[in-house]
Amino acid sequence: FPLQNNSIKTSKYNFFTFLPLNLFEQFQRIANAYFLFLLILQLIPQISSLAWFTTVVPLVLVLAVSGVKDAIDDFNRHKSDKHVNNRPVQVLINGMLKEQKWMNVQVGDIIKLENNNFVTADLLLLSSSEPHSLTYIETAELDGETNLKVKQALTVTAELGEDLQKLTEFNGEIRCEAPNNKLDKFTGTLTLRGEKYALDNEKMLLRGCTIRNTEWCFGLVIYAGPDTKLMQNSGKTTFKRTSIDRLMNVLVLVIFAFLALMCLILAIGNGIWEHDKGYYFQVYLPWAEGVNSASYSGFLMFWSYVIILNTVVPISLYVSVEIIRLGNSFYIDWDRKMYYPLNDTPAQARTTTLNEELGQIKYIFSDKTGTLTQNIMCFNKCSINGKSYGDVYDMSGQRIEINENTEKVDFSYNPLADPKFAFYDHSLVEAVKLNDIPTHRFFRLLSLCHTVMPEEKKEGNLVYQAQSPDEGALVTAARSFGFVFRARTPETITVVEMGETKIYKLLAILDFNNVRKRMSVIVRSPEGDLTLYCKGADTILYELLHPSCNLLKGETTEHLNEFAGEGLRTLVVAYKSLEEDYFQDWIRRHHEASTALEGREDKLSELYEEIEKDLMLLGATAIEDKLQDGVPQTIETLAKANIKIWVLTGDKQETAMNIGYSCNLLNDDMEDVFIIEGSTSDDVLNELRNARKKMKPDSFLDSDEINIQFEKPSKKQIIIPDEQANGVYGLVITGHSLAYALEGNLELELVRTACMCKVVICCRVTPLQKAQVVELVKKYKKAVTLAIGDGANDVSMIKTAHIGVGISGQEGMQAVLSSDFSFAQFRYLQRLLLVHGRWSYIRMCKFLKYFFYKNFAFTLVHFWYGFFSGFSAQTVYDEWFITLYNLVYTSLPVLGMSLFDQ
Amino acid sequence: MKNKTSFLPREGEAQPSRCPDNSAFKQQRLPAWKPQLTIASVLSSFFLTGAFCLTVGVCLVLSANSVREIQIDYSDKCSDCSKFRENSSNWNKECHCSVNFTLKEDILGDVFMYYGLQNFYQNHRRYVMSRSDAQLLGRNVNIQRSYCAPFSTYRNGTPMAPCGAIANSMFNDTIDLFYSRNSSLIQVPLLRTGNSWWTDKNVKFRNPESYNLSSAFAGTARPPYWQKPAYLLDEEDERNNGYVNDDFIVWMRVSAFATFRNLYRRLRRVRHFAEGLPAGNYTFWISYNFPVARFKGRKHVILSTVVWSGGSNPFLGIAYLVSGTAATLTGFVITGIHLKLRKKKTYFQRQ
Repeated sequence: FPLQNNSIKTSKYNFFTFLPLNLFEQFQRIANAYFLFLLILQLIPQISSLAWFTTVVPLVLVLAVSGVKDAIDDFNRHKSDKHVNNRPVQVLINGMLKEQKWMNVQVGDIIKLENNNFVTADLLLLSSSEPHSLTYIETAELDGETNLKVKQALTVTAELGEDLQKLTEFNGEIRCEAPNNKLDKFTGTLTLRGEKYALDNEKMLLRGCTIRNTEWCFGLVIYAGPDTKLMQNSGKTTFKRTSIDRLMNVLVLVIFAFLALMCLILAIGNGIWEHDKGYYFQVYLPWAEGVNSASYSGFLMFWSYVIILNTVVPISLYVSVEIIRLGNSFYIDWDRKMYYPLNDTPAQARTTTLNEELGQIKYIFSDKTGTLTQNIMCFNKCSINGKSYGDVYDMSGQRIEINENTEKVDFSYNPLADPKFAFYDHSLVEAVKLNDIPTHRFFRLLSLCHTVMPEEKKEGNLVYQAQSPDEGALVTAARSFGFVFRARTPETITVVEMGETKIYKLLAILDFNNVRKRMSVIVRSPEGDLTLYCKGADTILYELLHPSCNLLKGETTEHLNEFAGEGLRTLVVAYKSLEEDYFQDWIRRHHEASTALEGREDKLSELYEEIEKDLMLLGATAIEDKLQDGVPQTIETLAKANIKIWVLTGDKQETAMNIGYSCNLLNDDMEDVFIIEGSTSDDVLNELRNARKKMKPDSFLDSDEINIQFEKPSKKQIIIPDEQANGVYGLVITGHSLAYALEGNLELELVRTACMCKVVICCRVTPLQKAQVVELVKKYKKAVTLAIGDGANDVSMIKTAHIGVGISGQEGMQAVLSSDFSFAQFRYLQRLLLVHGRWSYIRMCKFLKYFFYKNFAFTLVHFWYGFFSGFSAQTVYDEWFITLYNLVYTSLPVLGMSLFDQ
Repeated sequence: MKNKTSFLPREGEAQPSRCPDNSAFKQQRLPAWKPQLTIASVLSSFFLTGAFCLTVGVCLVLSANSVREIQIDYSDKCSDCSKFRENSSNWNKECHCSVNFTLKEDILGDVFMYYGLQNFYQNHRRYVMSRSDAQLLGRNVNIQRSYCAPFSTYRNGTPMAPCGAIANSMFNDTIDLFYSRNSSLIQVPLLRTGNSWWTDKNVKFRNPESYNLSSAFAGTARPPYWQKPAYLLDEEDERNNGYVNDDFIVWMRVSAFATFRNLYRRLRRVRHFAEGLPAGNYTFWISYNFPVARFKGRKHVILSTVVWSGGSNPFLGIAYLVSGTAATLTGFVITGIHLKLRKKKTYFQRQ
C-alpha cells in the first residue's frame, strides 16, 4: 500500500467541487429529489399548472440553508486542517534538525518533540530526555483520559540519546501491521544490525497525544497522515435512527400514495369532464394544442395536479424536525437540574437526533460500578492469613456500626501516610507494628503489584495516578500502613517499608485483562529473592493455588462471602517464590514470545498461565464502593414508569445482589428472586423454565399465543409480545450461565423469562456479554433500550443500545465519547427520561400532527376545488401564497409550539 | 474593602463555570398555559360557541331573506333567438326578444341588475390564464408570447385586441328594461358606469396612448366573437370605451364557479324611479347575441337590492347555522355522556 505523507484532509469539498457534490448529496434526500422532479414537470408547458417559482423558491431556500451549514462546517474543517498541517515540527535531515511543516513529514523521518508538543504522527519512540528513555504522554485528545501514561523506548534505541549523528546513521528495518484503528494494539519488529526487537504499543506515541513532563524525545514516523490511528478512528459513525424517523418515512410514503390517489381521481374526473362538458365548451375554450381526446387531457391533468398538490408533501418537514431536535437538545444541555456542581459537569446531548426516543424507553441496561455507585474506592476490610480485619468490636465482642464518631486509626508513625485515608480497626495496625510476616507480605504485595504512577511534586506529597480506582485504593492503603510506593521506573520499584527505603527490581509485569482477571509482577528484592506477586478475582485465583493452602482457602472464602454480602468488591492476593533457574528459562521464552510477530498474545498468555500456578494464598482485600446519591429513589421512580431495569455488572453474585437490595432494585415485596447459576446448558434451561412456570404457568400450554407463534415456520423476525407475570419477580443470572443462555436455542427462553421479571441482574458478565444481552432484547422485543455506563467495558453496550448514556465520572471518558447523552450522576437519568424525553416525544408528536394537519388543510382545498373548476388544475390561492405557505407563513407557529409546549 | 479581596476566586478557579444560565428560557420555565378540561369549561365553551354561531347565522339568514330579488331565466323564453344563434352564419344579424314580468310590490332603494350564467366554466385553468395583463394595461406587447393562444392573432398576423379566451367570450347580450305606465312604455334609466372596482378601472386597465381611441387600436383587430371593435363598446359614452369599458372589466374578473352572476347595470334613481322600482308591469328587451345552447348553458337576468350583509346569498348564514347547531348538539351529547359516566368517576380518580 502506498505510504502517505502527513497532511490530513478532513474537509469534504473544495471551492470547485462544493456545488456539485453538495447538491448531489442533498438531492439524495427523497423530499429534495421530489421537488427537483416537480421542477422538471413544471418546465413542460402543457402540464405546468403553477409558475416555476412555486417550487424553486422553497427548494432553493431549503437547499441554501443546508448548503450554507455544510459550507460553514467544511470551511472550519479546512481552516483546522490548514492549521494542523502547517504546525511546525523539527525533523532530522542530513544530520541537522530543521523546522518543517507537519504536512511535509514522511514515513521514516526522525522527528524531535519537546515538552507540551502535540505528537505529529504515529511515532516509534527512539529516545528521550528522561532516564530509561521514559516519555510521559497525555491522551486526552485520543480517548479523553487525562491521567499521564508512560511510554518507554527500546534500550537499543534509547542509547541513541540526543546524538544527531547517531540518529542520522540509525538504520533499522521496521515491519509492522497495516494501518488500523485499534488504539491499544500495535505489533511490529525492529531489525537493527541483524537483531530483532519486538515493538508493541508501549513504544508508540500516537498522533493526538501530548508530550508531558519530558524535555525532549525523538521518534520515528511509522504511520503518517490518514494512516494514523487517530485519523483511522475518525471514521463515519453509524447513525442511530429513532422510531419517529421510521414513522416519518412511512408517513411520507403514505402521503405520496395519497397524493397519487388524489391526482388519479382528479385526472379521471378531468377525462370525464372534458368528454361531457369541455368538448362542447370548445366554442369559448378550445382544447390545448396537441390535445385531441379527453383521456389525453386527463393524463396531462394528472401531472398538473401532482404539481398543484405538492404542498401536501412536506418539504420543510425534515428541516423542521432537525430544528426541533436541536432545540430540545439544547434544553438538555442547559438544564441546571442535570448539572453536577462538584466536578462542574453539565449534562450534554452528544447526539441531537434521539431526543424523542428518550420518552419511549422500556428497558434500561445499567452498569453498576461508577453508574449506580460512586466509584470512589476506599480500602475497607481485608483478610490476612485467615484473620479478618476491618470491623470494630466493643468490649463485649459486639460489632459496632462505624460512624463519624468512631475513632480512626492513628497513622502518625508513618509520615508518608495519606491524610485522607481512614481505617477503624486497630488490630491491623498492631499486626503491622508487630512485624507479623504475612501482614507485611500482604502490604508489600499491595505496594508492588499494580500499574499506578506516582507523582511527587513536593517532597512527601505523593499523588497516585491510577487507571483503575481499585488499584489506587489498594496502593493508598498500603501506603498508609507503612508500605509507601514511592517511585517507579520501568525496571525498578521504590518502596519505603516501615521507614526503610527498598528498591525492588521489576523483572516482569503480567498485565491485567478481562479474560485473565488477574495481574502479577515478578520482582527481585534487595536481598535477592525472586517473588511473583499476584492479585485477581477469587474464582480465577482459587484455581491456581497450591494445594497446601486449602485450609486457609476455606477461611478466606468465608471472609470473602462476608465481604461480598456487605456489597464490597473483593480481590484475592497470593504470592509465589521462584527458582532462579526456572525463572531465567521462563524470561528467555517470554522474550521470544514477546518478539513474535504472529500469535504474540496467545504465546504470552500461555507463558503467563505456566508461571502463575501453585500460588500461596495471602489473603483478600475488600473495597467499598458507595452508592451515588439518589439512586434508590431514581430507580423507584423509573420502575413506577414501567421501565424495566437490568443491571449488568462484572461483580460477584453476592455483591451484585447486595447492591441490588441497597438501591431498591430488589426488595422484600418481590414474590421471588430467581437465581440462574447452572453450569450446563440443560441446567440453565431447566432453571429458566422453572422460573417461568412459577411466574406464568399458562405459558407452557400449547394454546399460549406465543407458543403458537413459534410453531408457525416463518422467516420473519419473531417479536415477542409482552407477557404479564402473576407477581413481581426478580432474576439474577451469572455470567457463566448467561454464556449458555445466550446460545441459539436458549435465547428465547432467556428473553421470555427475563422480560417477565421486573428486575434482572446479570453478574460476572464480560463487556461482550453486556452487548449481547442488549442485542438480544433489541432483537426479540419491540422496545426501546437504553444503556448507561461509565467505563470502557460499557462501550460496546452503549453502542449497541438504541440510546447510550455515558456517566462522566471516574473511569476515563471512553463511555462518554461513545455515548449519545452524558451527565455526571445516575439520578439525572430520571429527569432526562421522564422530563426531557417525555416533552420531546409529546412535542414531536404534536408537531407532526400539526404539520400534517396544516398541509392537508391547505392542499385539500385544491382537491375540492377541482370538482368545481372542471378538474382543470386551477388554483384557489395566489401563487406566492402557495410558495411561501409552508416556509414562511406557517413554519413559526408550528416550530414555536414544538419548542415551547409543556 | 480589604475583606472583599479574600472572596475573590483563586487563579485556578478563574475559568468560568460550565453551569448553565438560570434563565427562564433555558430552564424551560417560560409562562405556559395548560387548559384544564373540566366539564364546566368544556360544556360552556361548546354552548357559547353554539349560541354565538346560531345568533350570527339567524341574523345573516334574515338579512339575506330581506333582499328583494327577481331572477328570470331567459334562455328558454328566447328559444327562437337561441336557435338562431346556433347557426354561426348569422353572427352579424340581430335577434331580439322581450321578457315580461310584473312587480307586485315596489322595490325600494338601490336596485342592481345582473346577468347570470350557468354552466359556463370561467374557472377553467386554461381559460383563466388566457389573457394578457400587459396588453390590458395599454402596453404595446407581443401577444404571441402571452398565454392568449389560440385567441392571440389572426392567420394574417393581425393581433387581437384584447386577446385571449376570456375577452373573446365576453358576454355581449344587451338588456334594456322598460316600465309600462299607463299603457306607455318608459325606459328605466340605468347606469352603465361605476359598476367595476376602482382599482380595476384606474390601475389594472388602461387604454393605449394615442390622440384618439380608434387610432390607439389601429393595427389590431377585434376578437373573432365580437361584433364591434373595443373602442366602440359604448357608443354613448366616449370615456367608457376600449379596455376601460365597465362591462368589459366586469367580465374580465373571472368568477370562481361555473354558475355566476355579474353586475350589469345600476338603477339611476330619477323621476319615477327615485324611490326604486315601483310596482307594475315591466319588460326586458334583450338583444340576444351570446350563444349558450351548445354547452347546455343557461342565461338569467336578475334584479336585486342589497343589504348590509351583501346580496341574496344565504350561504354564510347557513354555514353559521350548521356549525352552531353542531356545536350545541355536541354540547348536549357531552352532557349526556357526563351524566352517564359520573358515577364511574372513581375510575379516573384512582389513576
